Amino acid sequence: MKEKHKHIKEPLVKLSRRADLDRKHSWSYRALAILAALVVDGIIIMLVVHMNPFDIYSTMFMGAFGTTRKIWVTLKELSLLLLISIALTPAYRMKFWNLGGEGQVLMGAWATAFCMIYLGDKLPSGLLLLVMFVAAIVVGGIWAFIPAVFKAKWGTNETLFTLMMNYVAIQMVAYFIIKWEMPKGSGHVGIINQATQAGWLPYLGSNSYALVVGFVVIVTIGMHVYLKYSKHGYEISVVGESQRTATYVGISVDKVIIRTLILSGGICGFAGWLIVSGSDHTITTTLAGGMGFTGIMVSWLAQFNVIVMILCSLLIVFMGQGASEIATSFGLNEAFGDILTGIIIFFIIGVEFFINYKLHFRKSSGKEEA
Amino acid sequence: MKKVLSLVLALTMVFAFTLTFTGCGGSDSEEGSGDAAFKAGFICLHDENSTYDKNFIDAANAACEELGVEAIIKTNVPEGQECYDAAAELVDSGCGIIFADSFGHEDYMIQAAKEFPEVQFCHSTGTKAHTEGLDNYHNAFASIYQGRYLAGIAAGMKLNEMIEKGDITADQAKIGYVGAFTYAEVVSGYTSFFLGARSVCKSATMDVTFTGSWYDETLEKEGATKLIDGGCVLLSQHADSMGAPTACENAGVPDVSYNGSTIESCPETFIVSSRIDWVPYYEYAIQAAQNGEAIEADWTGDLETGSVQLTEINENVAAEGTAEAIEEAKAKLIDGSLQVFDTSTFTVDGKAVTEYDADVDTDPEFKGDTNVIEDGAFMESKFRSAPYFDLQIDGIELLDTKF
Repeated sequence: MKEKHKHIKEPLVKLSRRADLDRKHSWSYRALAILAALVVDGIIIMLVVHMNPFDIYSTMFMGAFGTTRKIWVTLKELSLLLLISIALTPAYRMKFWNLGGEGQVLMGAWATAFCMIYLGDKLPSGLLLLVMFVAAIVVGGIWAFIPAVFKAKWGTNETLFTLMMNYVAIQMVAYFIIKWEMPKGSGHVGIINQATQAGWLPYLGSNSYALVVGFVVIVTIGMHVYLKYSKHGYEISVVGESQRTATYVGISVDKVIIRTLILSGGICGFAGWLIVSGSDHTITTTLAGGMGFTGIMVSWLAQFNVIVMILCSLLIVFMGQGASEIATSFGLNEAFGDILTGIIIFFIIGVEFFINYKLHFRKSSGKEEA
Repeated sequence: MKKVLSLVLALTMVFAFTLTFTGCGGSDSEEGSGDAAFKAGFICLHDENSTYDKNFIDAANAACEELGVEAIIKTNVPEGQECYDAAAELVDSGCGIIFADSFGHEDYMIQAAKEFPEVQFCHSTGTKAHTEGLDNYHNAFASIYQGRYLAGIAAGMKLNEMIEKGDITADQAKIGYVGAFTYAEVVSGYTSFFLGARSVCKSATMDVTFTGSWYDETLEKEGATKLIDGGCVLLSQHADSMGAPTACENAGVPDVSYNGSTIESCPETFIVSSRIDWVPYYEYAIQAAQNGEAIEADWTGDLETGSVQLTEINENVAAEGTAEAIEEAKAKLIDGSLQVFDTSTFTVDGKAVTEYDADVDTDPEFKGDTNVIEDGAFMESKFRSAPYFDLQIDGIELLDTKF
């Protein structure tokens, strides 16, 4: 049908790729998209729950930033999501689709918990923290190294491979939870070393999350520099653009893939360490809480720009915190918050299309300036 | 550029529209309770879609309304650091007492209790209050095994009816039970249910399957279907979704439910349900906190306090005389002439139990520490509020114990 029509007349809408839209314009488009999303959200709020959208929005804001504690919790959540997004980014720049962030984080968390449980009373706390740290990074790195080697040596499909490694990790953690659970049969490990606090990241001042945030700031800056200014970062970009070009200019593609994936998995493992040692002090199969997947979206939305990722993770964390606040304050189900978030993300992703492509309608001869 | 401008204008107008039309609508939501209100915080693992949490949420609202206290309810709080964060936020918003409803919340509640000594923390189903020694941390449960036993009687009556009608033979009277985890709370629940059923239907046996999750609709449904396929003619469950009741309704197999009535979704198969009514505890604890009185470290509600409840019996499905039989047993349970875990009514590995050390104090050793057999009965919920009955009695077969 389509083919037939094409012969007879021009289609109603034609697409053409835009020449680079300047930054100011593209950012004003994005701002407009968010505004439009808020309007649509507002209409939905009015129609579905008959409430004032501004009440809802301000409650969401208070949920994320209303008290010092809330700000710290928001910052902690933001840091963890950002860290995982950053961990995935070098692989994506290389066009290696690492969907295994969740599993890599979980394995890092597992290694951390393992050390806390078996070495908690054997090592002094400084050394214990260091051992946990190294173990988490090594195990997270290994979890990414395995699919990387298979990809580099035998060209296996990394999307499937990394995805399936998540399930292996979840099952492994589930197995150890049954080993460690307390009391037996309850399916809960509970807080590890609650009495001794062995292997807990120390509190800075009165705030337990300050150190978590601090670590992530360092990694963020480090990754930005690494990708932008280092030789490795450049090699990653070249491999991502074209493996043939890379080979031609003498870059060992296999080596870059494996090296980058170890880095990616290692940082994921580091995130696992931060979650267990700095925040949760326990291990569950859902410890990563889907951040290994949300991180993919953050990384993409930011177009692999580390600094923009801060904004993207902030938005997602803010919406999450806000959603649970409106659930508490207005008795709205948390799913309602998810609907609002979904709409905003839909608009944000949608606007990228209009930034990259221009629409030509049949009658208007594509002249107008948008 | 003109387009952008027009778009902006249009959006502003829509915005202004929403503002003017709703500005007067939602202003009363913040007010209402005035200044005097004492605040009680509630932390729930899931929301009202879970039968378990709905039971808590309803009780929280009822108790707070009764006492004129403001309730702040946080739902979907996982059993992790989020629980501590939620507790701390509730302290920030001025709660004088905070309740959590899920077993895995316990450690995080203890952590918060240590940090905020001026606020009372109450944890349902937990086990550590009596050993933790904190003045502001408390456990609560109810002698729900008595409710299970009574519900079991309804199941036994139904089995007898099926035998009399000739639908099944006496040795086909097999019950199926979908459990969450293999630990004492669940073991105590299915054993008391089974003993209740067997007290009426002597030939009853039971198969138990576990899901390894408190809330997993698919697994619970699959587990129930597996039991039905394996020849179970009546089901009950201890997991929080509608999975098992729905599977029963689809297969036309009678079901004794838990946490509340499922009659609306399952009119053809629902018999009766036992549940814990948390209102008595919430009222007791909130009043104590308001008056600055001490709250018991372990509080166990029972049939007399009204904490253990049976829902209305579904006369369409239940056997004739069920209500009378339950009332009779209930009176005996209250006056003490009937014990649920009477050691003369069950055996373990073919032998009667005369002495048993249960793991009452939670420690990493998982060893029995307290003899719980007194006067020919296993004394459940006496030495701490949460159940500790974990004997595997004869007549019950565990199909899978991986959890």
